[in-house]
Amino acid sequence: MDFLTTNGSWPILSVLIFLPLCGALVLPLLPGDRGARVWTLIVTFVNAGLSLKLYTGFDASTAKYQFGETVPWIPSLNINYTLGVDGISLLLVLMTTLIMPLCVLCSWRAVSSRVKSFFVCILLMETSMLGVFMALDFVLFYVFWEAMLIPMFLLIGVWGGPRKVYASVKFFLYTLAGSVLLPVAIIALYLHAHTFSIPELMGQPYSAMLQNWVFLAFFLAFAIKVPMFPFHTWLPAAHVEAPTAGSVLLASVLLKMGAYGFLRFCLPMTPVGVETFGPFVLALSVVGIIYGGLTALAQSDMKRLVAYSSVAHMGFVTLGIFVLNPRGIEGAILQMVNHGITTGALFLCVGMIYERTHSRELATATGIGRVMPVYVTLLALFGLSSMAFPGTNSFVGEFLVLAGSFAFSTKMAALTIPGVVLSAAYMLRMLQRVIWGGTDNPDTSHLTDLNWREIVTLAPLAAFVLWIGLAPTPFMDVFHVSVAHLIEQVRAGLPL
Amino acid sequence: MNLYLLSPELALIHGALLVFGISLFEGRGRMAARVAALFALSAVVASAVSVMNGWQGDLFYGAYRVDLFSQLFKLVITLGAAAVILFGRELKDIHESVRPEYFLFLLLGTLGLVILVSSVELITLFVALELSSYALYLMVPLRRERPGLRVQMESAAKYVMFGVAATGILLFGMSYLFGLTGSTYFSEIAPALAARWSDPAAILGVAMVLAGLFFKLAAFPMHIWTPDVYQGASNETTAFIAGVPKAGAIAVIIRFLLCADPSDGTLAMTLTVVAVASMFFGNLAALVQKDIKRMLGYSSIAHAGYVLLGLVTLKAAGYAAAVFYIFGFVVMGLAAFLVICQVSRDGENVLIEDLSGLHTRAPLAAFVLGSSMFALAGIPPFVGFTGKFVLMTEALRSGYTLLVVLAAVNTAIGIYYYLSVVRVMYFAEAGDRPAVRMDAVASVVGVVLLLTVLAMGVLPSRLLEAALTAVRGVTL
Repeated sequence: MDFLTTNGSWPILSVLIFLPLCGALVLPLLPGDRGARVWTLIVTFVNAGLSLKLYTGFDASTAKYQFGETVPWIPSLNINYTLGVDGISLLLVLMTTLIMPLCVLCSWRAVSSRVKSFFVCILLMETSMLGVFMALDFVLFYVFWEAMLIPMFLLIGVWGGPRKVYASVKFFLYTLAGSVLLPVAIIALYLHAHTFSIPELMGQPYSAMLQNWVFLAFFLAFAIKVPMFPFHTWLPAAHVEAPTAGSVLLASVLLKMGAYGFLRFCLPMTPVGVETFGPFVLALSVVGIIYGGLTALAQSDMKRLVAYSSVAHMGFVTLGIFVLNPRGIEGAILQMVNHGITTGALFLCVGMIYERTHSRELATATGIGRVMPVYVTLLALFGLSSMAFPGTNSFVGEFLVLAGSFAFSTKMAALTIPGVVLSAAYMLRMLQRVIWGGTDNPDTSHLTDLNWREIVTLAPLAAFVLWIGLAPTPFMDVFHVSVAHLIEQVRAGLPL
Repeated sequence: MNLYLLSPELALIHGALLVFGISLFEGRGRMAARVAALFALSAVVASAVSVMNGWQGDLFYGAYRVDLFSQLFKLVITLGAAAVILFGRELKDIHESVRPEYFLFLLLGTLGLVILVSSVELITLFVALELSSYALYLMVPLRRERPGLRVQMESAAKYVMFGVAATGILLFGMSYLFGLTGSTYFSEIAPALAARWSDPAAILGVAMVLAGLFFKLAAFPMHIWTPDVYQGASNETTAFIAGVPKAGAIAVIIRFLLCADPSDGTLAMTLTVVAVASMFFGNLAALVQKDIKRMLGYSSIAHAGYVLLGLVTLKAAGYAAAVFYIFGFVVMGLAAFLVICQVSRDGENVLIEDLSGLHTRAPLAAFVLGSSMFALAGIPPFVGFTGKFVLMTEALRSGYTLLVVLAAVNTAIGIYYYLSVVRVMYFAEAGDRPAVRMDAVASVVGVVLLLTVLAMGVLPSRLLEAALTAVRGVTL
């Protein structure tokens, strides 16, 4: 196991994964709904605190997987319980643990029925999401990847909006149908390499045909999760109907899993497949950027608007990944984190409006700048971040992706420029309506500004927007080496 | 003769005799239930002890083989029977006067299956098969008659007719094998058959025997009885028929396939076609069902197709995967039927929409049924996923890529109807449907089954290794 290093003496990754699970097992025994809320907040907060140790203990000078643990799981098939994080997964893990307490806070009042079950689902989500980013065994990865569907299905279907049943079933069927071929691909790789270990499956001399087929199976699963155009249709339905916490989890973490899958599996395992199908993926990314922008521009429902903007933003991420140069991939990773912060925050903002007006229509939430100054200030910050305004986090990420794209192909990169303009258009349109509105605004004087809990929910995200925007170095330093190693792996796998 | 080798069988025989004695008196249903449960549980203990001690030996002039393979199956079969007796002991839909007889047939049916998995000789095998079948034929029409509805009679008639036809085919095939090899012992049939494998009569004989056994497994095209019998039989009967006999069928099929030539393409092709047809037919037909038992009937046809994924490999590892999967399937099915038995107030059939809002009416029942649905659908971390993954691995290892892809596609088809059950239970309003009372025994059995489904899914390696050792240990 020379790809794995262990830092420290205790299995921090297992603790991070299973602490929420244990919390979920204890939760039904607690008295009262308030106890459930406080308990979940404590568990997620402790997990977030523990995860900081990953950042401080991380060695950014190596591409190896760190904090490694490995235990035989199903020896007859050489399946192991192996965990580890590298530069690519570290930020995603941290983002997940940090976003969880905010999800609990934003559900404090919004969820009033079946409170305990709700927080059990939230904690199970944390376990499976962290498992996806930390697993270094393909079977383990798949278990977490699929198991996550069950709590998410319940989150949308039980606590969602009016069309929750339709949205949750569509979400489940769509994402499951996409990933049924994933195990077939995994087994096909196993039969060649005789291991399910993800690092060992990289860089194997698979035949070109196998790589192409495996890439397609991977692509279907990951493209649906991202979601890439034209596999995005589950996303608006799921986002709109999900409760605020569910939307935040979807936007901030679940969508990242698809992109993470491309980085972790497609690039290093099937470089020939990437070479063959890369141009098509790039084309779909560009289409997604433009299409997402245009559709977002036409929305009157704020949640829908943010959901479609996700399609566009994730298009930038896949674009950055498949241009296969350091700038593009680093930009993509940073953009994954940025999108998690910014879009998560925007969903939180929409949720706060919804709690007050019980509507997400732009028409009913107009001109509230006068009565909710704190709210609109934060909303404007996140809105500017979403359109990649200089000084915010997304600017750095999107700039890197575009720089990478221009290095790859000027013509293609030029095609994405309208997408940048569109993102400014739909965000400014939303901000203008919400903050100032027109001459015939509805009466919003009864609305109250954010309370302390809500400010605490949004403040950390606002801090990260500015921090990454103004000083991205500490965030980017962790993945330089890993990305360089990844690109080396892709190059090594391609025939000369 | 080492009588201790027969302890599971002896427990069941004594239980059956005692219940027979009880059945001679009036109104002793409750007592019969207790006795039946006691003896079924002692059969479980006996099987467990024999598995742990690794008992093996030949009995009755080599016609009866006790080995790890047979004892593992006996453990699962007796566990299944004990679970059904425990959670279905009220027999809501069986007339009071025949309740002791019901338990008698249940024990005899279990006994038949227990003998079946140890049979290594054609006549023994046939007698065991008939013992188990006839007990089930009688259990189906025991259901209480409802005004204007004699569905139990219809399904019993179908069950018997199809069963007898399948038996005829089986016997016909056996006669070919006997004619070709001059023996009824597997140990003598195998080498003699290997020498004349190219003979069309040999392939015909094997195919016909398999067809007879596919009736028990409910694999296409011998599946026709399944939905009607599932629907027409009382809930407890269906709970038993749905899983336990299928495990017995898999045991015999594996013993039988070990006689066949592993390099033969005809047999593998036959099994592949049956597997694909079963999966697609079962899953597609299940999509439109309203009665949950009927839906599970069709879904069981699809599961028979999945199990065949392991058998087409004609290799020990593939058989072991099939054994693991069928064990998991028995447990998942029992968990689902346990809830159905509890939800049904008067023993009537349960429609999927009757489960509306079950999570508020009986949270534990909804949780058990929901988990078993996700398990049957093949979602991790439940055994349905682990079993399917192992099956796929072995089938792909043997080069059946298309078959595995089709199985994966079927997983995607199947998820819809499993999900619809969960959707109704958790998302729909209960309306004025009454609360469901889970009695204490059923709750405990339900939790145990649920934990088994989870444990087999998360920590499968011991059972997988045991299955592999068992299959490798089957000598002819």
